[in-house]
Formats: sequence, structure tokens, C-alpha cells
Amino acid sequence: MGSTSGHKNEGLGRRDLIKRSAALGLITVPTMSFLSACASSDGGGDDQVEKGKTSAKNPLGVNETAALDVVIFDGGFGQQYAIDAEKKYTAAFPKAKVKHSATQKIQSQLQPRFNGGTPPDLIDNSGAEQMDMGVLVDKKQLADLTALMDAPSIDDPNKKVRDTLRPGVLEMGQFDGDPVWIMYYAYTVYGVWYSQTNLEKLDAEYPEDWDAMLALCAKAKKQGVAGWTYPGKYPYYLPFSLYPFIAKIGGREVLDKIDNLEPNAWKDPAVKAAFEAYYELQQKGYILKGTPGLTHIQSQTEWTKGKALFIPNGSWVENEAAPTTPKDFKMMVAAPSGLDSSDKLPFGTIWASGGEPFVVPAKAKNPQGGMEQLRIMLSEESSKNFTKQVKSLSAFNGGTDGLTLSTAMQAGVDALKKAGDNVVNPRLQDWYVKLQKEQIGTAGIGEMMAGRLTPAEAIKKIQGYADAAAKDSSVKKYKHQ
Amino acid sequence: MQHGKYRFIVGFLVAPLALYAVFVIWPFIQSIYYSFTDWTGLSPDFKMVGLDNYTRMFKDDIFWKSLQHSVLLVLLLPLVTLGLALFFAFMLNVGGRRRKNAAVSGVRGSGFYKIAYFFPQVLSIVIVALLFQFAYNPRSGMLNSALKGVGLDSIQPDWLGDPNLALICVMVVLVWSTVGFFVVLFSAGMASIPKDFYEAALLDGASRVTTFFKITLPLLWDTVQSGWVYMGILALGVEAFTAVQVMTVGPGGPDYATSVLPLYVYQTAFRDGQAGYATTIGVGLLIVTMVFAAIVMRLGRRERLEF
Repeated sequence: MGSTSGHKNEGLGRRDLIKRSAALGLITVPTMSFLSACASSDGGGDDQVEKGKTSAKNPLGVNETAALDVVIFDGGFGQQYAIDAEKKYTAAFPKAKVKHSATQKIQSQLQPRFNGGTPPDLIDNSGAEQMDMGVLVDKKQLADLTALMDAPSIDDPNKKVRDTLRPGVLEMGQFDGDPVWIMYYAYTVYGVWYSQTNLEKLDAEYPEDWDAMLALCAKAKKQGVAGWTYPGKYPYYLPFSLYPFIAKIGGREVLDKIDNLEPNAWKDPAVKAAFEAYYELQQKGYILKGTPGLTHIQSQTEWTKGKALFIPNGSWVENEAAPTTPKDFKMMVAAPSGLDSSDKLPFGTIWASGGEPFVVPAKAKNPQGGMEQLRIMLSEESSKNFTKQVKSLSAFNGGTDGLTLSTAMQAGVDALKKAGDNVVNPRLQDWYVKLQKEQIGTAGIGEMMAGRLTPAEAIKKIQGYADAAAKDSSVKKYKHQ
Repeated sequence: MQHGKYRFIVGFLVAPLALYAVFVIWPFIQSIYYSFTDWTGLSPDFKMVGLDNYTRMFKDDIFWKSLQHSVLLVLLLPLVTLGLALFFAFMLNVGGRRRKNAAVSGVRGSGFYKIAYFFPQVLSIVIVALLFQFAYNPRSGMLNSALKGVGLDSIQPDWLGDPNLALICVMVVLVWSTVGFFVVLFSAGMASIPKDFYEAALLDGASRVTTFFKITLPLLWDTVQSGWVYMGILALGVEAFTAVQVMTVGPGGPDYATSVLPLYVYQTAFRDGQAGYATTIGVGLLIVTMVFAAIVMRLGRRERLEF
């Protein structure tokens, strides 16, 4: 290949060619007006199926012949529970065709359908590719589920669906005001997870206050066992026990203020006390060495191997850690230990909330069908089936009678019973994902627990992030009602 | 002679140019357009916001941090990777002891090394990153176990959990997974350099180092240059993104120590639901890429040697 450039009078030189092809590219500019058509093609919307007749058996007025399009997140809970519930739907409406699909890529599969105005009728919007629910609500992409909440439940026609739910589930589905946009189907208990067996080896009981916690950690350290570990790579697991700890010390208003992004919310003395207590664990060497570099699986494995006593986690850990859990491990969960007797809330204050958010898109073809499917899933039978298959509680309050529960699940049920009304539900992680995970979790608490920030520095940094989020007009704001 | 030439050329070019326009230029223009909107990516309605996204980007600390890391990657990775690859390729082809009947030959077992070096290339970067995640495990990972094995119990770094080491850990993985490809590429290039050049040099008493810098490198320059561009693309694009996304704290941490531009684009678009702002960062990335390409092209321009 010799030189081809710069020779005149040889017709089309390389430079000319490049210039001209660039010009060709520029021709496409005037067609810019088509662009809006790309993102805002507003198909669908008006072609919803006709509503069917309402009756005692069909309170939502489902069109009996309309097809139902369900998309399930195929993650830790699998999809079988949904398939089983869909069978019930076809049993009730034999003429309806149910289209079931399961994926882990909720966002990549469904975002184009939302943008094109042809979303499915029911979505399990979960997993790493969860679509931002705040944005969906804000852009009026979701259907109001109030009709479902006010419909009679399957098991008892005199009881509305909303009265069959566990505490906090309904509120979590609301964003501002009364409409319910999301139905969280699973129910997660967050807290401090431990092995009864490993505690017994140390002749110890679960510590109810911080002095007992420190004493136990000191005792464990002598035996070469660390007190705590956590997923250092995802330090936003720490709030699972830290936030209810803060609520226990200073009352739930402290958490509400934090959620509402109020100025100086993090400067509350309760936050400072809780941070200092956790920092003490780090300073005294009660955190398993190497923890800041561990993933959730790696830290859980160290924990099931008995290298550390406690781990902040959620109720999915039982399933997730199952492959490495010894048979006699006796996995348990407890509410966070308190600080001292001056705490505002009693021992037992725990974080529990809904998981697996199900939504019905506003532009779905058959929204009544989507809601009916949820109503079926919220029956005692379906809920039991769910609990049995995936070892998790569902949003249906009850549904565990007659089932033999594992120690971990039983501990979760007991912890909820002990907590009674003192169930807190911090909303940062679903209202402000970036703030919670990346800023507070990773850059704030994570750095503190790795020993690179003092509590005072961490609080200052986190307050800065919260203030910035409060000022950021591109982030939709929410408030506790 | 001139007559019909344009028609002839256009006839050949129309299909590829159309494809290029639709699949490359068109998305670029679209992205630039969206960078002036407040599009969430989750609903079809959005409005123009003028330069808001750009002013926001210039004030965004994380953007600058990610940019800094991306620029660092694009400067260091090609240098280290290509340097290593050139060294290995030279040793494999020219660096060996002199044998009978051959002016130049590789080190012993060079055939085996060639295959071994190329192995990482057949693994997807996701798998490589996952494997290294195990190696970097501070508790039972290969590295810390090895340190323990030689009695260095006191030195047990957190690797990816340490902000001072995390980005270096990522770079090591990227170098490891790409160096083999360039060894093979450069070996092929070296094989086409006539042996008489080396013979002549050796007769004149040139050392290996001299041979490398006076003969091998100049004659290989074109290949090195394209390797440089290719490596830069990896460092700015998908490879760096994947390694950071799979391996690091957060990802992008600890405390933004490993955040890179493509990761920030991804998080902004798909986690935060701010596709408009994400495309703005994407435009920033586009500019960085173009500057990089321009610099490489300018620096690399040399007289071409025919042989």
C-alpha cells in the first residue's frame, strides 16, 4: 500500500472521499425531527381490553377472554410460585390465555416496551436490573392498585385485600398520597444473623445491649473467632442492622427525618451513638480481618464457617448461604442489640419490609387481569406455596400455620412477633438508591467500618451527600406521610 | 478514464456507508440530542433542558474522578500491556540463545509459551474478573494465601477493598487478560521481518537490546500503533467497564477509587433513571476517545518502510 493522498488530478483522492462521507453523515442531521418519534412513539394506551362484568367471584371485573401477559424476575425466588398462581388464574378464567415469561433482565427487556407503550400486564420488577420505581410513578407509567386493595380477599369475602397484608407492605407501595402503585409480594426480615450453635459453643446468648455485645466479641476474640463480618464490597448491608439500631436509640422519628432528607438529620445524637458503637467494633478488632474486601457470598461463607459470629443481612441469606451452611448451624435472626437502657424503643425493634415489587403498568392491555393475578397470589394457599418453595415469608399476614419452618424462618416469625408495632421501615434504599448504596453505604459507612473514617467524619460526609441529594432537582423527592 | 469513476466508487460505497450511517453516526447524533433533554429512559416523555446537563457534569465530582481514572487507564494500560507484549514477543522470536543454522530463534519452549499467553484471550472478561475476584479475596484468596505461605502473615492487604490498591488490581487483571493477544499479534509481525536484517546486525556485534530498538521496533511500528488504538478502546470501553463492574466494591469503589466513565454512564442511565444526563457523560467519553485517537494518530505518524 503506497501513499494515496495528495496527488492532484487523479480524480477522487482519499481526503475528498473522507470529506464527502462526512458530508453524508451530516445529511442525517436535518432528520433530527424523527428522533422524538423514536423515544416518544405513543403506541397503545387506548387499546385496553374491555372490562368484564364484576361479580362476587370476579370483583375486579376481569375480561374473561382477555389474554394476560406476566413477566417474572427469575432470581433467588425462581418462577415456579408464579406459574402455580397462573394456573389458578386459568382455572378461574378458562378462556383467558396466560403468557408467562421469566427473565433476569427486567430492565433491558421491558424498558423498550414501556417506551413503546406496550408493557405487559403484571411485572415482578426485581433484581439487579430493577426499573426505578420512583421514575415510573413520576412518569405515570403505573396503574393504581387501590381497586385491588379494596377488593375482597380470596379466602374471606368479608375481608379486604388491604387488611390481609403484613405491616408496612401497603405503605411501601405508596409514594405520595393514597394511590398504591406497588405490591411487594415477599416479606423480608432484616437484622443480625447468627448461628445458635456457635453462640452455644461460647456459652453465650444473643446480647441485648452493647456492653454485652462487646463482652461477647471479646470472649470470641480470645477463641480466635471474630465478632462481626459483613459484605465489605457491598457495605450497604450494614444499614440492615444499623438503621433499626439508630431507631431503637433515638426513636423512629430519627429515621423518618433521614428518609425525608431533612437538614442535619444525620447529626442526631442517636446516629452518632450508633456509628460510634459500630466503629468501636472495628477499632477493637472485632471485625473479621479482610472483611472490607469480601463479597456478600464470601462474607457469608466465612460466617457459616464459624469465623465470625454475626452478620447484618436479610432473610434471603438462608437460601443464599445454604450450600455452605453446616447441618447443625441453627441459623437465627435477631433484632439489633440496643445501646443501653436509655434507648427510646425496646429490644426487638427490627427492620422488616416488602420485597419482590409487583407492578401493573398504566398502559397494560389487561390491567384488571394483572390485579386479579395479584389477588390470587395473596390468597393463603398461594402464599403458603410461595413460603414452602422459596423459604421466604410473603406479604400475606399468616400463611405459615401447618408448615414446618426452618430455624431461620421461625426466628424471623418470632422476631416479628416480638417486635409487634416496633417494625421500622427505612425507605432510603427504595427512594434514593444512589444515595443509599453508593454514597451512604459505600463511601460513608463502608469507609468508616474499614477504619478509614472516624464516625464524626463519616457523619459529616453522609450529611453532605444527603444535602446534595435534597438540592438535586433531577431526583424526585418523597416524604413519610 | 475519469468518466463514470464517481458512479463506480459510489456503487461500492453506498451499502457500507448506509450501514455506517444507520448504526454508527445515527446513534451518535441521537445521543448528542438526548444529552440536551431530561429523558429518564423509562418513559417516552421528556423535554429539552438546554445546557443544564453539561453545567451539571462540569460540577460533578464523580464525573471528574471517573474521567481521571479513565484517562489514567488509557495512558497506562497500553503502555504496560504493549511493553510487556513486545518484550514477550521479542523473547519468543528473537531473544533465544543462538543455535546452529539459525541467525535468530526464540527462547526454549517458545511454542508452548505462545499458547499459554494466548489462553486468557479465550476467556470472557467477565469470567476473568470473577476468577480474579477469588484471587483477591483477602481471607482465602490465592494472593494472601501465598503471602501467608512465605511467612508474610503481617502483610495481608484487602486488595479490592483498599482504595489505594483497587484501581491497580483492576489494571493488573486487564493487562493479564489482554497481553496474550498482543504477544501473538506482535509475534506474527516479527515473523515477517526478514532474517537477514538480524544476521547483519549480529555480524556487526549488535546486542539484543540494540537489535530490538533498531530493527524490531521500527519495523513493527504499524502493528504497535494499531495495537495502541485497540488497547485504548479496551481501556476506555467495555473491558474496563466489565472488570470494574464485576470486581470492585460498590461497584466503582471503595469511595469511588475505581469509578470509570463507562461505569458512570451505565449507573446514571440504568440505576438512577437519568438517561439524559447519562448521554451527556457519554458525550464526554466520546470527546476523550476522539482526543486519544487523534493523539495516537499524530504521534504514530512515521515514514513507512517497505521491505
